[in-house]
Order: sequence, then structure tokens, then C-alpha cells
Amino acid sequence: MTMRLPNFEYVAPATVDEAARLLSDPGRSSLIVGGGTDLFPKIKRRQAAPTTLVSLSGVDEMRGVRFDSAGNCVIGASTLLADLAVSHQVPPVMAIAAASIASPQIRNTATVGGNLCLDTRCNYIDMPETWREASGHCLKDGGEVCWVAPRGNRCWAINSSDLAPVAVALEGSVRLTSVHGERLIPVEDLYHDDGIACHTKSFEEILVELLLPSGGTRATYRKLRRRGSIDFPLLGVAASARFDEAGTCVSARMVIGAAAPAPVRATEAEEFLIGRQFTDEVIGEAAGIASGPVRPQDNTDTGSRYRKWMVPVLVGRALSDLVADDG
Amino acid sequence: MGTGHNVLGRALPRVDSMEQVTGATRFADDLTLPGTLVGRQLLSTHPHAVIAGIDTSRAEALDGVRAVITGSDLPITYGILPVSQDENTLAIDRVRYVGEPVAAVAADDAEIAERALSLIKVDYEPLEEVVDLEQGLSEDRPLIHGEGTGRNVHRSVALEFGDVDEGFGVADHIREDVFHYSGNTHAALETHCALASYDAVGKLTLWSSTQVPHYLHRSLERVLELPAGRIRVVATPNGGGFGGKTEPFSHEFAAAKLSMLTGRPVRINLSREEVFYAHRGRHPVLMWVRTGFAADGRITAMHFRSFLDGGAYSSYGIVSMYYTGALQTATYQIPNYRFEGVRVFTNKPACGPKRGHGTPQPRFALECQLDRAAADLGMEPVGIRLVNAVEPDSLTVNHLRITSCGLSECIVEVAGASDFTARHGRLPHGHGMGLAVGAYMSGAGLPIYWNDMPQSEVQVKVDRGGGVTVYSMATDVGQGSTTMLATVVAELLGLQPSDLAMVTADTDLTPVDLGSYSSRVTFMAGNAAVEATGKVRDRVVRAVAEKLEANPADLVLADGRVSVAGDPATGSDWAEAVRMAIATEGPLIESGSYRAPELAGPYKGSGVGISPAYSYSACVVLVECDAQTGMVAVERVWLAHDVGRSINSLLVEGQIEGGVYMGLGEALFEEQAFRGGLHRGPSLLDYKIPTILEMPPVEFIIVESIDPGGPFGAKEVGQGPLLPVVPAIANAVHDALGVYVDEVPITPDRVVAALRDLARGGSGRFGPESVPDFDFGTPVRVEPPEGFVAP
Ligand SMILES: Cc1cc2nc3c(=O)[nH]c(=O)nc-3n(C[C@H](O)[C@H](O)[C@H](O)COP(=O)(O)OP(=O)(O)OC[C@H]3O[C@@H](n4cnc5c(N)ncnc54)[C@H](O)[C@@H]3O)c2cc1C
Repeated sequence: MTMRLPNFEYVAPATVDEAARLLSDPGRSSLIVGGGTDLFPKIKRRQAAPTTLVSLSGVDEMRGVRFDSAGNCVIGASTLLADLAVSHQVPPVMAIAAASIASPQIRNTATVGGNLCLDTRCNYIDMPETWREASGHCLKDGGEVCWVAPRGNRCWAINSSDLAPVAVALEGSVRLTSVHGERLIPVEDLYHDDGIACHTKSFEEILVELLLPSGGTRATYRKLRRRGSIDFPLLGVAASARFDEAGTCVSARMVIGAAAPAPVRATEAEEFLIGRQFTDEVIGEAAGIASGPVRPQDNTDTGSRYRKWMVPVLVGRALSDLVADDG
Repeated sequence: MGTGHNVLGRALPRVDSMEQVTGATRFADDLTLPGTLVGRQLLSTHPHAVIAGIDTSRAEALDGVRAVITGSDLPITYGILPVSQDENTLAIDRVRYVGEPVAAVAADDAEIAERALSLIKVDYEPLEEVVDLEQGLSEDRPLIHGEGTGRNVHRSVALEFGDVDEGFGVADHIREDVFHYSGNTHAALETHCALASYDAVGKLTLWSSTQVPHYLHRSLERVLELPAGRIRVVATPNGGGFGGKTEPFSHEFAAAKLSMLTGRPVRINLSREEVFYAHRGRHPVLMWVRTGFAADGRITAMHFRSFLDGGAYSSYGIVSMYYTGALQTATYQIPNYRFEGVRVFTNKPACGPKRGHGTPQPRFALECQLDRAAADLGMEPVGIRLVNAVEPDSLTVNHLRITSCGLSECIVEVAGASDFTARHGRLPHGHGMGLAVGAYMSGAGLPIYWNDMPQSEVQVKVDRGGGVTVYSMATDVGQGSTTMLATVVAELLGLQPSDLAMVTADTDLTPVDLGSYSSRVTFMAGNAAVEATGKVRDRVVRAVAEKLEANPADLVLADGRVSVAGDPATGSDWAEAVRMAIATEGPLIESGSYRAPELAGPYKGSGVGISPAYSYSACVVLVECDAQTGMVAVERVWLAHDVGRSINSLLVEGQIEGGVYMGLGEALFEEQAFRGGLHRGPSLLDYKIPTILEMPPVEFIIVESIDPGGPFGAKEVGQGPLLPVVPAIANAVHDALGVYVDEVPITPDRVVAALRDLARGGSGRFGPESVPDFDFGTPVRVEPPEGFVAP
């Protein structure tokens, strides 16, 4: 027997405005659904019980890639990951990250907006109902205790989006719309280091598009996972940098994903890299600096110790990518 | 007829392949009967608790709920082994693992059934839990079966064959190693499903994805207290079994009982989560092995200890425990051998049989240790195996009778094809090659319940148009048993397998076969089919010979004709020949059967491991390891398998590839892991079976040793090829990185832990340091069999 969806109302408005109106309707308790690859399993597991799902799949204006007058690459939130993975318009690193997500079947349905708004994950919460009952519902599940760190009073569920660290590394921003208006915020500010209140946007706000500024950066994404397909990242490292003619770094961003409730910027390492050339020694040192503040918890596959060990490895590889001939 | 055979050994598609690829095959969940109710079970949310009360009144009052049952509705216990009948359909008084069914409902639809479950109130009084080997062996934990506290030892064994002390005394080199093999599960694509229909005249029919319709039939008779004649079990095509469907399950009794109460058909299809809890998969086994070697690599003695974490119920557990000590001697000549084993109960889903039942764990330990012994002695992996390899027509110290044996040939073939000796130890860092071997039984020598009837019966009926129908209870679990039977019968009658009608796995229609487990079907049902078909053939030949006034010995059956050898124009076509046979001697319906010879040795436990024949395999794998992340990729696999005789080479290849795939999963990915009494992730996202991307190309070599007892000389291929894969990968990882990961699965975190240890100047080993101090008692001394020749 497969897990079953409960009954709910499903609406598929044709415009962003209409979607925004539905989301703010006080008579409904609505959730946005993109491809549903994250949301439907959660509803089946009874982790959410919306009365209404507002689908964005009918909103044509939210699909596809274009360039705005400022030269930004604008990716509609309803763009499918499968399309992103083969797009030549987006920065190659975005396509690479998209291609590494889940499986081909899931990428054919999953959207960019859904990926950026992916709920945090944890192996105490993404479990069937009986299991959660048996474990004693955790903090994120309406209980009293975070089983990952029972002595604390916060939730450690992980941001496992593969696009989020890349979008932060590329200095991207997202446009959010609701009946109360529109705002453009850096992707970085979309996330909050708390497994429960993991996004800074309200439930009424629709992520309409992702804007990536053009130019001059080299960027890479390294994803660690057990199998060649399906698996969420055990760790993801996105890095970008600009270099002057002499090969000296003039700006750098390094973002570690799947290690905490939000993508983690390794700001100290970024600062360290500026003004330096990426020699093996510099890369090694930067990797050490970057991994210092990253403290993975034991709440996904392979445990915290291994994921901690892997931070400098992945950071080192990412930085090497940036200065590789084809980087 | 270039091969001298009609169809034997050819790469013909399965007889049921067209139905399978077009989706026409009807699995249990595809069957529909008018008015079928949805059955669902409520699961325990406690690993160990007393059930102080269950209130089902609110569920019963819900509209659309047709019946609700709890433990007391089915008080009779069951269990696959006659000695361990310790399970109830629904827990009575006590729950022993998270996921144990405690109540069941039948309702008009799934929504109502689920609502009903949520309305059942179970009052639990938690007990202290026992969740691992150490706790299971502790004196102070509550008994899982029984009252009070004490060690939760299910069973232990201590056996000694020959004189181990003497064997170690003459050894030039002795090694002691400790290994752990984590538990894993079958992960068959099809979840367990049963549809029960109790009709107006009081007959129960149960369609179930079971590998053992006969044993299920017997269990239903007992638990439901219905006469056997009023129960019909139909084993539907299994969407994979791998041992996970070889015993009666709670949902089968529950569906039957709910149907009896409501008078309507009831289906229970387990969720994936429930399948992880129903489990019966590979036991986690901690192993200690001490082996003595002569300077030339010959084994002088072996002392093997295994500790099994069995989970909450017995299942096949006693047998599983014996298996961890039974087949070491089937590959290597061990003149003196001591085996000690113990299985403990813990508050987790019960472990049981999975492909290779109890033997992949010791095989892993043995083959890894052998590579190290070879290195200690300055030998090569190939050499140390060849010097110890068992020979055909021999006896082992623990009373196994070896008939055909292609072990040495498998080793030589696989090493040759992979260029092993030139590459092992010489590949660049991060690349490695490993070798290992294995052996498996072609059917357990004894049935599960004692009886002196045949283990397999087959009936062949021929109609007046020449149509042949084969009746057998052999259950196709994807391994191709139906195709095997069709091929054997077609071969003897000069027909094509696809010409035959196959009626299988139905207790009303087919004569008994014990089931699809222990790799017994080709050997046993195959032999029964040979006997039954031989009788049909003799009668047809007799009738035609009479007409032609020819010598029956000169007649051949080929291409749908019965004619004098070398002269196809003589004689008659098959249908005409059949009519002559019916006219002269009456209905053309014949039966055949098979019963294994008496093979058990003179000691308790000798029933486990004996088999009329053993298959052999040898495997080489090539791996590439990432020395920083510890990720291991298997690049290529070579596997040689002695199948005795290949009846259908496509099926043999399929089983080899399937075995490699499953071994790969066990070696690197899969772990039925727990946190306390809680499964770490009862889903196919968290439980990591390899994807197609992880599956390497497999080069397979079929070795035919033509076993004297097998049908056309055939042995088994369903389980054997898995066995060497796991240690071959472990040995290859060592070759690649210089580390020892003595714990399966070899996950990247374990590899990196070993690498870090190596970098710090340690031995580069990850794995258990020691085994518990457990008193196995004085071993029972067993004299080697008469005629045993110590090497
Ligand atoms: C087996 C499996 C493997 C997976 N592996 C990966 C992986 O490797 N990497 C990875 O990153 N993800 C993975 N995922 C998660 C998920 O499939 C992807 O993140 C996917 O991109 C989600 O997109 P979606 O459109 O399906 O989101 P949905 O499920 O539709 O939505 C996800 C969340 O985002 C919200 N949302 C959706 N669109 C918007 C919008 N435009 N504005 C505001 N909120 C919105 C929804 O309300 C919901 O809370 C996996 C999922 C599965 C089932």
C-alpha cells in the first residue's frame, strides 16, 4: 500500500497576482506547490495539512530563462530542473547543480522555486507517521525536543537544496511577491539559521524569479553523495571568485550547503582568499579556515564526523576547480 | 541439434517474459474481486512494552469499518520452524519491536481504514529495551520471551570436528581476525501483499506474494483452525522475494481472518515502511575467526565464532545461526574445525533468510582473512585458494558430501579473464582488485518439518491434441523456475518451452513443492519433472516403436516429432504419437518426485548445510576508490559460476548479474540500521540500494561440472553468485588503499576512518576489536566421516 494523499482543494491560477490573492484568502489555509516533489511526500507523511494547494504550474510568466536590461540572468521560479540542467543561458554552474539534484524523473517535475524554498530536512522528521510517533515527535514535528541535540532548544534540520548555495555564491537575488507588494532580496537573506523558521519569507509570498548578475566570475559546485543519482547532498560546496590578470583573487564567495539549517557562508575563508593566488598551500589553508565554523549534526546519512571531515576536502576541490584550466 | 540437445542451455527468453514486459502479469495487488475490502494493520510504536489494554470501540463504530481484530482473535502461535512457534498474528499482551502489528481493520476504502487505525487506542506500559548484541547478552535486561531478567540467548551451539588443538599445534602460522557484517534487507520491489476470500461454502482462498505456498497452507490450517481441504493458497508471481517471503506473515493471517469475519474479500498490501519492519533479512553477525596454516598455505585448523543479533522473533534464526558455521568447509579443505555460534533476541524486526542465508557473513570473514594469510605467508590470493580448494567427490570434516565441484576451475577462469595476478597489488593507488570464492547448496537436504514424503512432486498431463500441461507448486519469484520446468520438459519431449502450459504454485491444482528457498527448485522440482516427463516420453516412444516395429531405444523426440534417430521422416508428429499412447494405455498423465538422499551427519544441527549438490563461484572485482572521500566505485566484475549444467544460459546470466548487484549493495551501501529500537530510515530514500549508475559491467563465465544427481547435471545459481562479491570488494578496497574495513557495508565514512588511522601510523583498520566473552560450553566432539581424507 502506498501512502495516500488526504483530500484538499487544488487550484492552478494563470497569473502571479491571482496566485497571490488565493494565498492571502483568509478562508483557506494554502500552501504553494511547484512540482510537488518535496511537498507531496510531506503531506502524505502528514507533516503538513493544507486545505488548499496553489499550483504555480499554470503561471506562464514564471517559466523560462531571460535576461533583463541590467544583464541579469532571470530564471523563472516555475522553470523545471530538467530544463535548467540543459540550459545554455544560465551560468554553467547552475546547470551542473541542477543536473545533480534527485533523479531524472524528479527533475522532470521539480521546479527552481521549489528547490530554493525546499523545507529543511532531518532524519527525525522526514519519516513515516508511525515512526515519528514511535520516536516521540520532534521539535519541528510539534514536539518538545530536537532529537538531534536534545539539550538545546532549537531545530537542526538541514537546508539540502543544491541550488541555494550556488545561487548565494553567484550573488543572486530573488523576487518575492504577495498581495502586500513585491521585494527583491539577496538569496542569502532568504534563509534563516533555524530548522523550523528556515525561510525569511512569509507563506503568502511567492518566489517569482531568481536573478543572477552577469559577469566575470568563475564558479563551481561540488556535491557529495552516496549514489550517483537520487540522493540529497551529504554536503555541497559552491564557490565563486574573480581574479585579476595576474591571477590574484579580487573577490570570492564560498558557501557550504547541507550542513546547517541555512547555507553557510565561509566569510573568513573568503576574506583570506582575497589578494591571494590559489596555490595548493593557499587552497589548503582556506579549506581549513572554511571548515572551522561548519558543524554538521548527525541527522542525515553517514553521520556528523564524516561530513565534518569532508568539508575541507570539498572546499579544496572547489577552489581547485576555480583555477583549473577549464574552471 | 548441434549441441545434442533440443533446447537445453540455450539463451531462450523466459516463458512468461511477454506478459511481464507488457504489464499483463498479475501480481497479488493487481487481483480484484467484487466487494474487496481494504485491510490495514496498526503497528506498535514501542520497541518493548506490555499491552495493558486495547480499545477498538471507536474504530468499530466508524462508518465503513467492517471488522476490527486484535491479538486475542487469533491466539494460535506460528513460526516457520516447528521448534520455534513464537509469533502471533497480532501481538498479545506484549510488543517486541517498533512496527509489530497489534490490530487490524477491514474497511470499505483506504481512507476509512486509516482513520479507523487512528481511533484504536492501545495502552502501552513500556519495558526496558534490548537493542543490540551486548544488551542481548547482558544478565540484567528483561527477557524478550519470558518473564523477569536474564540473557536473551535464543540458541547457541558448539561443535568440534576433528581435533582443533592438534591442528593449531602443527600450524606454522596462525591468524585471528574479527569482522562485523551489518544487517540488511531484501528490498524486493513488490511489497508483500495478500488477498483473502472466504466464500459462502466456507472455503478460504488466499492469493499471496509468498515463496512458500505449501508452508503457508500448513500454517493457515493451524492458526485459522480450518481443515487443509478448505484452504487454497495461490502464490502469485513474486515481484522479488530473495528470502523475504519464505515464511508465513502476520498480514496473511489477518487478511484471512478479516475475510472470514466479514464474508468479503480482504486485501492487505504492506507499505514500504511495513516491509522494513516485517524484514526477515540478513542477520548482523559479529565474527571471530582463528585459522592455522602450514607454511605452504594449507589450512590446518579453524575456529569460527559467530554472534547473531536476531531481532524479536525466531523466524529461521536457529537455522541461520547454524549456517554461519556450515559452509566454510564446502570451499576449503579444513581438517579440524570448531564452530561456536549464538543468536540473541533483541527488540528489533526479526532477521531471517536472505539470499545466501547465513553464509555471506562468514564468507566475508573467511575470504578477507585468507587474503591476509596469503600476504603473511608470501603467497598470492589465487595460490592460497587453489591449495586449499575442495575437490570433487569428497567429504568434508563436518560431514558434507561434495559431488561435482568446479571451484578450482572457477578460480582459474576468473583470474585468467581478469588478468588478476598481473594486476593485483600492482595497480596505481586508489585502484584495486580483489578475489574471493563461495559455495552454496542446491537445496536444503531436509524439509523444514520432518516428514518422509518427497520434497518435490511434478505432474505432466498431455491432452489428445498433444498439448502438454505441467503442474508444479514451484513458485516463480523472478528466478525463472517456471521457465526452468518448461525447458526440462520440452527438452525431453522434443518440444519448445513456449509450447507448454504451466500451472504452478497453487495448492488446489498442483502437487507439492516445498517452495522457492535454499536454491532447491531447479535441483528438486527439476528432477521431479525429469521423472514425470520421462514416464510420458517412455509411453509415447513405446506406442510409436510398436507401430514402426522399431526398437524404442532408437527413437528420438525432436522438433515436435517422434522418429527413428537420424531419420526424421519416419514415425509421427507429436500429437499423433500422443494419441497412439493414450489409445494403447489410457490417459497420459504421469507424475514424478524427488527426495534428497539421506545426508545428515551423526550430530545435532547436521541437517543444516547438507545438500545433494553444491554450486561454486569465484569472483574478481576491480574498484576505484577516492582516497579523500572514501567513496568506492566498482568498475568491473568477473564472475565464474559452476552451475553444474546451464539449463537456460539467459537465466543463469540473469541470476549472476542479480547476485552481483545484491552483493554490491551489501558490500558498499545497504544497512538495516537502528538507533535504539528505531529503524534509521524505513524508506528507499534512506535505505540505499545501488542505482543503475553503481552497477558495473559483469563478465560472467559459466562452468559446467555436470552433477551426477542434478537434472541434466544442473545445480543452483540463485544464491551462490552473491557470496564471493562482498569479500572480493573488501579485498579490492584493501588492494586500492591499503586499509582494512572489516565491517560491511564499506561506507565512505568507514573507509576514511581507516585511512585516517593509517595516516596517523596505525594499522589502517576499521572494524570491531573483539567479541563478547560468551561461554559456549564444551563443544560436542564429532568424528570426521568415514572416508574423510585430511589434506
Ligand atoms: C527522492 C528525492 C530526492 C531528492 N533529491 C534532491 C537533491 O539531491 N537535491 C535537492 O536540492 N533536492 C532534492 N529533492 C527535493 C526536491 O525534489 C527538489 O528540491 C525540488 O527542486 C523541489 O521542487 P518542487 O517544485 O517539486 O517543490 P515543491 O514540492 O512543489 O515545493 C517545495 C516547497 O517549496 C514551496 N514552493 C514551491 N514553489 C514555490 C515558489 N515559487 N514560491 C514560494 N514557495 C514555493 C512549497 O510550498 C514547498 O514548501 C529530492 C526529493 C526526492 C523526493
